[in-house]
Amino acid sequence: MTETEESNEEVEEKTEEYSGPTSYGVPVTESHDQVVLHPAPTQLLETVTLLKEDGFCMAIDVTAVDYLTHPGRKDLPAGLNPERFEVVVSLINHDQGKRVRLRVQAGTDNPTVPSLFDLFPGTEAMEREAWDLFGVVFEGHPDHSRILLPDNWEGHPLRKDHEVGRIPVQFSPEVGRH
Amino acid sequence: MARIPLLGDTNNIASDGLEGLEHNFVTARIEDLVKWSRARSCWPATFGLACCAIEMMATGAAHYDLARYGMEVFRASPRQADLMIVAGRVSQKMAPILRQIYDQMMEPKWVISMGVCASSGGMFNNYAIVQGVDQIVPVDVYAPGCPPGPETLMHSILTLHDNIQSGELTRRRELNQGGAAIDLDLSPMSAETPVEIVEKTTS
Amino acid sequence: MTNGKELLLGEPERVFRREESPVLRLNEEEANAAIDDTDALDDDHRMILNMGPSHPSTHGVLRLMLEMEGETILRSKPVIGYLHTGMEKTAEGLSYLQGATNVTRMDYAAPLFSELAFSLTVEKLLNIDVPPRATWIRMLMCELNRVSSHLLFQATNGMDLGAVSMMIYGWREREEVLRFFEKVTGLRMNHNYIRPGGVAADLPDGWREDVKKLLEIIPPRLEEYDILQTGQPIFRERLQGVGVMNPAEALALSATGPILRSTGYAWDLRRHMPYLAYDEVDFDVVVGTYGDCFDRFAIRLNEIRESLKIIEQILELMPEGDYRIQNKKVTPPPRARIDESMEALIHHFKIFTEGFHVPEGEVYVAVESPRGELGCYIVSDGGPNPYRMHIRGPSFVNLQTLPHLMEGGLIADGVAVISSVDPIMGEVDR
Repeated sequence: MTETEESNEEVEEKTEEYSGPTSYGVPVTESHDQVVLHPAPTQLLETVTLLKEDGFCMAIDVTAVDYLTHPGRKDLPAGLNPERFEVVVSLINHDQGKRVRLRVQAGTDNPTVPSLFDLFPGTEAMEREAWDLFGVVFEGHPDHSRILLPDNWEGHPLRKDHEVGRIPVQFSPEVGRH
Repeated sequence: MARIPLLGDTNNIASDGLEGLEHNFVTARIEDLVKWSRARSCWPATFGLACCAIEMMATGAAHYDLARYGMEVFRASPRQADLMIVAGRVSQKMAPILRQIYDQMMEPKWVISMGVCASSGGMFNNYAIVQGVDQIVPVDVYAPGCPPGPETLMHSILTLHDNIQSGELTRRRELNQGGAAIDLDLSPMSAETPVEIVEKTTS
Repeated sequence: MTNGKELLLGEPERVFRREESPVLRLNEEEANAAIDDTDALDDDHRMILNMGPSHPSTHGVLRLMLEMEGETILRSKPVIGYLHTGMEKTAEGLSYLQGATNVTRMDYAAPLFSELAFSLTVEKLLNIDVPPRATWIRMLMCELNRVSSHLLFQATNGMDLGAVSMMIYGWREREEVLRFFEKVTGLRMNHNYIRPGGVAADLPDGWREDVKKLLEIIPPRLEEYDILQTGQPIFRERLQGVGVMNPAEALALSATGPILRSTGYAWDLRRHMPYLAYDEVDFDVVVGTYGDCFDRFAIRLNEIRESLKIIEQILELMPEGDYRIQNKKVTPPPRARIDESMEALIHHFKIFTEGFHVPEGEVYVAVESPRGELGCYIVSDGGPNPYRMHIRGPSFVNLQTLPHLMEGGLIADGVAVISSVDPIMGEVDR
């Protein structure tokens, strides 16, 4: 734990404007009794390394959220700049039966976060999915390609400015139904 | 023990002489015989996609026993299959493959669109799903349901048998040139028309 | 609480390699170029083989790109997305009450678990607790669903390995469970039975007799499976020592469910992070020893027995009471009230047209599905539809273990490995 405390101090210097509670060197909040950490993209690898050393042995989930049409969210710690894209990483600690969620503000135009492949190779497919559906770039990913959609697909469908692709349902006018 | 004269019973032919021929032959038009044999030996290709595939397999298994209609032989190779049961939602990525498998099947061939997703896109009216497999291949029978139960699938299969035998389908097939008139659009979708962003108001 | 940490975890290095990894990181064009490059093939007799997406033993529309040397698999890559349904996008257009219809079509072998994960997440956002009877009904239905899902595995696993009669038997028992589901939910699959706030309807009259009958029918049939499969030398030869993985690798690859447990690592959310009322029932977490295909098969067979044990206890412990929460915010009024009260009619109309509003926030809830950890992450912006709904599908993540399990094996073993991972493509592609 001494290592953790040391690096806590280092990171705290970087985020001086933030005065709220921190954990593993990054701002921490609670959402419905679940611990949520808010590292910056540059802090992500460092924080996840600390968490891994602390017994969080598995990366359960990596996904992204596009906050384009919901910009004024209130659950971020004060002083943190909300960005359009957010990468959400869930880790689990089997020894203590605990979960932790990391919400990374990944950017607005070219969302970029470092890949977690070297810490948890199991994130490979999940990061590819986040790239495919949201266009979030994971730097250092070994196979940065589309996974669910065809290779020649244009756009990232789960972005909020991508249409649903709905085709209007037509009813036959002869029957008199509209 | 008295024997019932059977079709092609050679013993009777021997004893009855030439008179036995009368009850040993069935006369029919060659066209009807071909339709009859086509309807009775319809082998489906394994083309399970989603939830409906599970029900399709359940139809082939012990309880519902599709073998009663001579249909239990699901062929892995499209070359050996006469019927394609499109069981489940067809994604944009799967569509070219579906068409390829259909093209590999030998004529005459039939298609059952199983479930609402295959028939019309179902509840998934979005970017990923083909809104109706009839945009890709000609469909002969649509089975409704999400997923259709084994009874529904069997009913659609029997409907197909009836249609094959009545020649209904062969006529319709000529109209769309055996499915060749249906073009497959492979151009990728784009996000050129973005949705309008409405400012959220708290009411 | 022990989860096998004291066991030797093993070396996870194999899964961390980038360059010499068993994962074939080629895209379509590169793979085609490699196929066309005949000079390269003459040199080392390597070839790239395509398997699927329409292949009888790939469980639906899974496609594999295999780099082979003779009949040995060197590297492989699962190519997925052939069933991508855009469910996460569709979910953003459906109200919270409609959302369960959407998620139930993901894992179609175990639909109730997706509904459960979704409902628990919405309830957590709403900060409501469902009545005890609803919780126990959910447990009963989920355990029965686990039984039917594992029976389906027994059937398809047998079929993939050439034990075709096993397929017939697996479906036969599954039908018995589905008949009960049809009686309770009205549908054989895709039930939309577990909804935010409780369940759609109370259990029908005579459900105890039906469940007791199931408890009578299935155990002797499991003994038959044991005779037919477990004790059969050909079957064991096909599975034992094939597709081996150690706990450290499984952890690093985020594998959950029977794949993680087969390595000897005891981790089951029902036991270690209990939800519903799993802390009130007695059951064992089944673990394997070698982490091979046989262990994964045996775990699923024995998990059916454990689930039946839980169901037996649920029969005794099932409380009386309401099957859904009587909270006007989320529960539509009873049918009888609509005829006599205008307010009830308006209330009913409002819930089914606009839907109920869920407070702003984000939350992740996970349940143990037959395939592993099934999680649901919902972001709400305070409106009647989820702002973002994400399902963490266990099949999707578990599929990453395929190249590591197949490495160095024969192509026939590859079929056994795919079968033992038991991916449901609807959940992989979503």
